[in-house]
Amino acid sequence: MKLPGFVAMLIVMALTGVEALAGEAPDFDDALRGLGSKSRTTILQSIEKLSELSDPRSLSALEALLDKRLRSDGSAGLFIVDDAGESFVDALSGEGVRVDAPDSLTTPRINNRVRRSLKPLIARLRLRNPDVSIRLAAATELLNRPSVDAVASIRVALEDESDQEVRDALEVALARIDLTSDDPKLRMQAAEVLGERGDRNHEVELKALLVEDEEGQFAEPDPAVREAARSAVEKIQRAAFLSDMAAHFLYGLSLASILLLAALGLAITFGLMGVINMAHGEMLMVGAYTTYVIVGLFETHLPDLLDAYILVAIPSAFIVCGCIGMAMERGVIRFLYGRPLETLLATWGISLILIQTVRLMFGAQNVEVANPAWLSGGYEIFRGVVLPWSRICIVIFAGLTVTGVWLVLQRTPLGLNVRAVTQNREMAASLGIATSRVDMWTFGLGSAIAGLGGVALSQIGNVGPELGQSYIVDSFMVVVLGGVGKLAGTVTAALGLGVVNKFLEPVSGAVLGKIFVLGFLILFIQRRPQGIFALKGRAAEI
Amino acid sequence: MTNFIRLTLAATIAVTLSIGSVATAEDDTIKVGVLHSLSGTMAISETSLKDTVLMMIEEQNAKGGVLGKQLEAVVVDPASNWPLFAEKARELIEVHDVDVVFGCWTSVSRKSVLPVFEELNGLLFYPVQYEGEESSWNVFYTGAAPNQQAIPAVEYLMSEEGGGAKRWVLLGTDYVYPRTTNKILRYFLNAQGVKDSDIMEEYTPFGHSDYQTIVANVKKFAAGGPTAVVSTINGDSNVPFYKELAAQGIKAEDIPVVAFSVGEEELRGIDTKPLVGHLAAWNYFQSIENPTNDAFIKQWKKYVKDHDLPGGDKRVTNDPMEAHYIGFKMWVQAVEQARTTDVDAVRQALSGQKVMSPSGYVITMDGRNHHLHKPVVIGEVNEDGQFDIVWQTDMQVRADAWSPHIPDSASKIADWSYPHLCGNCTEPKIKDPGAASSPASQ
Repeated sequence: MKLPGFVAMLIVMALTGVEALAGEAPDFDDALRGLGSKSRTTILQSIEKLSELSDPRSLSALEALLDKRLRSDGSAGLFIVDDAGESFVDALSGEGVRVDAPDSLTTPRINNRVRRSLKPLIARLRLRNPDVSIRLAAATELLNRPSVDAVASIRVALEDESDQEVRDALEVALARIDLTSDDPKLRMQAAEVLGERGDRNHEVELKALLVEDEEGQFAEPDPAVREAARSAVEKIQRAAFLSDMAAHFLYGLSLASILLLAALGLAITFGLMGVINMAHGEMLMVGAYTTYVIVGLFETHLPDLLDAYILVAIPSAFIVCGCIGMAMERGVIRFLYGRPLETLLATWGISLILIQTVRLMFGAQNVEVANPAWLSGGYEIFRGVVLPWSRICIVIFAGLTVTGVWLVLQRTPLGLNVRAVTQNREMAASLGIATSRVDMWTFGLGSAIAGLGGVALSQIGNVGPELGQSYIVDSFMVVVLGGVGKLAGTVTAALGLGVVNKFLEPVSGAVLGKIFVLGFLILFIQRRPQGIFALKGRAAEI
Repeated sequence: MTNFIRLTLAATIAVTLSIGSVATAEDDTIKVGVLHSLSGTMAISETSLKDTVLMMIEEQNAKGGVLGKQLEAVVVDPASNWPLFAEKARELIEVHDVDVVFGCWTSVSRKSVLPVFEELNGLLFYPVQYEGEESSWNVFYTGAAPNQQAIPAVEYLMSEEGGGAKRWVLLGTDYVYPRTTNKILRYFLNAQGVKDSDIMEEYTPFGHSDYQTIVANVKKFAAGGPTAVVSTINGDSNVPFYKELAAQGIKAEDIPVVAFSVGEEELRGIDTKPLVGHLAAWNYFQSIENPTNDAFIKQWKKYVKDHDLPGGDKRVTNDPMEAHYIGFKMWVQAVEQARTTDVDAVRQALSGQKVMSPSGYVITMDGRNHHLHKPVVIGEVNEDGQFDIVWQTDMQVRADAWSPHIPDSASKIADWSYPHLCGNCTEPKIKDPGAASSPASQ
């Protein structure tokens, strides 16, 4: 044991009462045994007792209780079982034991109330863990659930804590507790710390100091402390306002990236080629189902590499949807160029066929596409704003896809041909471009990109046969708003709609927000039918 | 447009299905209608209810059927499309001549079929907890009324055991059930001294999948004091909602979420480890231990295996399935007592029927308001996607069809016995006890 650690322990002992070690060892054992009780009241009492004793030896049993790895034989025996459920350790002595009839043991049942008192205690005992990340988690837990019991442990931990992040969390945790202390100096200091580093969760406590009762008496007698509290509240509110704005923007960005992925394929098939493609949504759906099939294949054949399925799903969805798109173009759409109404009906028919096919193959119920482990959970971008990894990755993915499409259209021979054919079909044909083949490739590319969108959608929402139906309206909205035929328009429109939607949602609610956006869109299209970016020159006249 | 697509599709499927069933129809069978969405946003919840009814029918047929006749299921798919429910209900009664219908999940679908059942004097067993404020001569409600689910759940969260919540987020899908339930809850909370500024109410459309802002707002709201979330989100929106809760790290010890429409079946598609401790209130959980429930679970697992249903051994039982179990057994008992499947006679016989249910209690059908006397159970989600029971009532609770918490409905009576004979009145229909008329004619 390191010397400071040892000193710390001595201090803890001094604070919690030295007699705890000398005379009350049976107490400790009893309290520990109480954790295995069938009654939650007894468990709670034991936790309270252990909290008073604050003995590091109880940590493993407490952790086991939280993870449901604690087993009781109904009398004196209390065991901790490992994750695999095979080897047992005696909770009292800490030694491995053989248990003859593991099935006869009972697991103590806990609920939220037990967890509420259990977690801060575990956090307190973990403050001296050598692993920084565990210490940080413990400090954060104490910060969120302040209790006077923890003061001594926090002060001790602060003395030899070297990591700045952990120190910060501990100081804020301490400040929250000090805010109710009797010493005005401590209260003053606490208010200042909270103003610097606190967040919205601490505003209520600070405001409580400023409450004035009917006789004009403030809850906080000291005017200097009141002043400090007031400025701390202001600081917190300013920071909260900024973080709100940033959060709306980030959520908007994430919604925009989804709209963009959903609409990008349509920007090619409808935007560039002018095919009113009602089956676009179904390409998204087929992309999502391709992901589902790939997950299934990985589960049966390569369970070890399951987390990497997405790397296979992306090209697979691209190819599958691209092929379906090309088949559609060759089989149906090429006979209908220049006849928008017939195209609309034909593609709608195709969409019905695709939905029904998928329903017959996979069933009408939604299927589950589990996120790979590295995509679950979230990242706290700044205090209070968490963005799930899946959504962060979709933003990046959307960016990459747009860049890819732009490169294909601008820098490849295919792109050159596509642009030539969409600008002036006859002229392109007379220059020797096989326009019919270019049409096929273009439609295939648009569908393939919709398939990529489907892979992304499978990570955040439900995958069912009707998946595409809920995105087709949004996709057309984005393409039409952005201006038909312009990639930059589609990107701008998706960004605009996403961000506007997210700024409106907290004000008006999700349902009204959507109505406002649609209303705005109607007005905008009336004023400017050509969309944000209009095609100029000869192409616009065709 | 979307609706039209769904309608066309559903009609196609329904026609195919009905051709199939007409072909096999014989006169010596008793027909049982099954009206559950097998596609669309509600399929996640309703598909297993269809399977439950089919399982009960199979079991009953193996025992020799009812009144010496075999039961025959007529399954239709209303495709989560509310107006289609009414069409399908009419088809079941008029075309297929079914004697009883087990069906509906959402209240909006029930409201849609209600006029059909009342016009044609059909018989509907509705298996899902709902908002109350209704009692129909033609419907038997085997799910919970608000005082058998929502109110006890809120009281639990207010208690010290439940976390002593002071602020409330009422979150729901935008239709009649969440709006009415939240109206009742708001009145109830106000009466408990909760100010309107401490209640946040928010609705999302069916099939909504982006819960980032809402969950972030809940976190923000919770900064003001101990907060609990009451979720009446229905259908497949629950999957993205719970995923978002997990992603934003909302812990049940800090902000417990109690759901009224999420059971074992809805959790099947979600990793529940980050959700441990969030709650659900029902009248039954699969994890309840008693011989009736063991037999029920075993029967279900066997049925799933024998029929090779999707999901296989991951399939679970849940509260609405138990409600169908109770409703079906009651209907069979009533038919056998009445010696006929005639709706009027069966309705008469249903009053006071008792069934030993998998919840471990004897459940009674209240002949007055057509609801059940059921126990209330609150459970916390555990790592296995099941619920650990944390609270339950000592005995069965009688349902209030009309909520005493809403001033407008406090004085209303649902009583189909003499002399009231009404589901929505303030004084008895029959004022002169000498001149009783048939209830069907009112």
